[in-house]
Amino acid sequence: MSDLALRVKNLGKQYRIGMASPAYRTLRETLGEQFSLSRRQRNDDAAVDRIWALRHISFDVRQGQVLGIIGRNGAGKSTLLKILSRVTDPTEGFAEIHGRVGSLLEVGTGFHPELTGRENIYLNGAILGMKRAEIDRKFDEIVAFSEVEKFIDTPVKRYSSGMYLRLAFAVAAHLEPEILVVDEVLAVGDAEFQRKCLGKMSDVAQQGRTVLFVSHNMSAILRLTEETLVIERGQLVQRAPSAQAVDYYLSRGMSQEGQRSWCDEEIPASAKPFRPLAIRVRNDGQPVSDSVRSRETVAIEFEYRLDAPLSGLRVGIYLMSARGEYILTSFDTDDLQLYERYATRPAGQYISRCVLPPDFLNEGRYMIGVNASAFKIKRYFQDEQALTFHVDAAGAPGMQWPEPRLGTVRPRLEWKIEMV
Amino acid sequence: MAGRGDAQVTILKPASGWSLIDLRDLWHFRELIYFLTWRDLKVRYKQTLLGASWAVLRPFLTMVVFSIFFGKLAGVPSDGVPYPIFSFTALLPWELFAASLTVAAHSLVQNRHMITKIYFPRLILPLSAILAGVVDFLIAFVVLVGMMVYYRFVPTANAWTLPLFLLLALVTALGVGLWLSALNVLYRDINYVTPFLTQFWLFITPIAYPASLVPGQWKILYALNPMAGVVEGFRWALLGIHNPNLGTLVSTSVIVSLLLLVSGLLYFRRMERIFADMV
Repeated sequence: MSDLALRVKNLGKQYRIGMASPAYRTLRETLGEQFSLSRRQRNDDAAVDRIWALRHISFDVRQGQVLGIIGRNGAGKSTLLKILSRVTDPTEGFAEIHGRVGSLLEVGTGFHPELTGRENIYLNGAILGMKRAEIDRKFDEIVAFSEVEKFIDTPVKRYSSGMYLRLAFAVAAHLEPEILVVDEVLAVGDAEFQRKCLGKMSDVAQQGRTVLFVSHNMSAILRLTEETLVIERGQLVQRAPSAQAVDYYLSRGMSQEGQRSWCDEEIPASAKPFRPLAIRVRNDGQPVSDSVRSRETVAIEFEYRLDAPLSGLRVGIYLMSARGEYILTSFDTDDLQLYERYATRPAGQYISRCVLPPDFLNEGRYMIGVNASAFKIKRYFQDEQALTFHVDAAGAPGMQWPEPRLGTVRPRLEWKIEMV
Repeated sequence: MAGRGDAQVTILKPASGWSLIDLRDLWHFRELIYFLTWRDLKVRYKQTLLGASWAVLRPFLTMVVFSIFFGKLAGVPSDGVPYPIFSFTALLPWELFAASLTVAAHSLVQNRHMITKIYFPRLILPLSAILAGVVDFLIAFVVLVGMMVYYRFVPTANAWTLPLFLLLALVTALGVGLWLSALNVLYRDINYVTPFLTQFWLFITPIAYPASLVPGQWKILYALNPMAGVVEGFRWALLGIHNPNLGTLVSTSVIVSLLLLVSGLLYFRRMERIFADMV
C-alpha cells in the first residue's frame, strides 16, 4: 500500500521500575550487584521490577490523516510518541514509517540561554531537522510569528517566559516534515498565543500532512483530528472517529461513582505538605453519585490533608464541559471573610465544599479539575481532569420538548410574555 | 506532493547486535554537526573577560611554568632545542586532546534534554565537542608560528604531515571520548575519572620531557600511548627533532588509536539505544 504513512504492529516498550528516580547508577552499585547476587536471583528480580509502559499496540495511519491520541497521564502516549520519533527503541514489535518524521515532543529543544534569538532559531531549526537554506528562507516568517522582532539579537536568557515560548513554538511551527508528531505543545503560553498555535496547527492539518497529535485539550482534538486513539494503561483500547473517542474517553475510567481519590504515585513530590485525598460530587444531602440532577443543588467536595500549616493557600475547582472548555473557576477563599479567616491553615484534614445552584448546568458530561495553590508563590497540586460526572436534566426548564439544548448552562430564566 | 510514493521508509524495531556507524544518517545530519560545533564555540567564552584568548593563554601559561620548573630548575633535556618551543609544540596537540576528551566525555549527559526529546545520531554530540576543540587549536597555533619566528625555526620539509598527526590526536580523543561519554550515561563516576585520567595521561606523554629519556626496554610499552606518537610527530615535523624510533612509535600509535576508535564506536552504538531511557 503506497498511501500508508505509518504502520505500527504489536509495539511494546518495557521499562525497569525505578529507572526514573535513580536515573543513573554508580559503578560501585553495579559491581556490588554483580557480586552479591547469584545469577538466578538476578533474573528473578529482573522479572519483578520491569513494567510494560506500552504493549500490543497496532494501528495504521494513512497519508494526510490527522490522528489524535488521548489518554490519562502515564497511559503511555508519550512513550508511543518517543518510539515513533526514534528517541527510544521499542522492546518488541515494529513500526514502519514512510517519509520524514518531524517530532515536537517539546518546544525549544536545544535552546541555549546564552545565544540570541536569531542564533537559537538556527540551532533549534537544525535540531528539528531543518536545512540551513530552509531556515534562511523562513527566517522572517518565524520572527514575525513569534512577535519578538525587537529582541531577536538579545540572548534568550533575558526573554520573559512568554517570549521564549513564542519563539520556540514559532520555529517548530515552520517545520515541514511529511509526518508530524506533536505532544501537548499547545498547552503553553497565554490564551491568545494558544489560539494562534491552534490556528497554525489546523493549517498544517489542512495541507495534507500526516499528523499524530497528543493533547489533553478535547476541543483541540475535536477541532483538528478526524480519528482518535484512546490509550489506557499502555494498551490501545479504542480507535474511533474523534467525537466518539472523546466521549468514550471521558466516560471511562475517570468517573469512579462520583468520587475520585489519588494514590501516592499520582501526587508529585512538590505537592508537599498538601495531600489531596478525594473529590466527590452529589446532590446536596444525597449519597455520592456519578449522576446528579440539575433540578437540585449540586455539592462538590474536595477533601485534603495538610501535613504542615500553610499560609495563603487557596483550594479551588475548575468546571469544564466534556469538550474541555472552561465554564468556571472558583476558590474556597474567594470570599473576603473566608480569605482573612483562613490566611493560615493549621495542619490537619479538611474538606472544602461548594454548592452549585439548581437549574445551572445543561444535561451532559462535565469535568471537575482541582487546584491548590498560594497565589504567585506556589502551585501545590493541580489535576485538571480530576473527576467527571453526568448531569441529568429531568425537571429542567423546557423538558416538555425532548430535544438536546445547545449550551453548557440551562438556567431557569424569568420570561414574561406580553401582548402589545 | 511529489515523490510521495517513493518516500524513504524507516523501520523501527528492537535493535539487536553490534553496528559500527551509519554514515548516511550522519551525512543527513551534517548541518547539525556544524551548528552544535558552532554553539559550543559561541557559548564557550561567553561572559568571559578574555574570550577566545583563553585558547592561547592555557597552553602558553603551562609552557611558561614548564619552562621555569622543568626546563630551568630541573634541567630536563629538550633534544637540543630551546625548552619553551620544545614544550609548546607538544602542549598544542595535548591541550586539543585533553580539552576535547573532557568536553566529549560530558557531551551526552550535558545535552540530555536533547537526547530525551528528539532523534539525531547521538554520535554527533561527542563529534561536535571534538571539532570545537580544533578551532581552539588553530588559534593557539598562531602563537606557535610566532615562537618559531622568534627562535628562528624554519619548519622542516615534513611539515605537511602535521594535519595527519592532528588527525591522529582527534581520532584518539574521539575513541576515548566515545567510551567515556557512553559510560557516563550509566555511571556518573566518569565525571570524577576524566580529570584524573587526563592528568595521568599528561605524565605518560612526552610533553615536559623528551621521549628519548624513556629507557629502551620500556619503549614498546610507552608507544602504546597514541599521544606519544602525536607529540613526537609534531616535534619531528616542525622542529626537526629526529627520534630514531619514530616509525615504530607512530605506527603503534595509529594501530592503538584505531582500536580505540572502533571499540569506542561499537560500544557507543550498542549503548545508544538506551541513552534516552537512562541519561
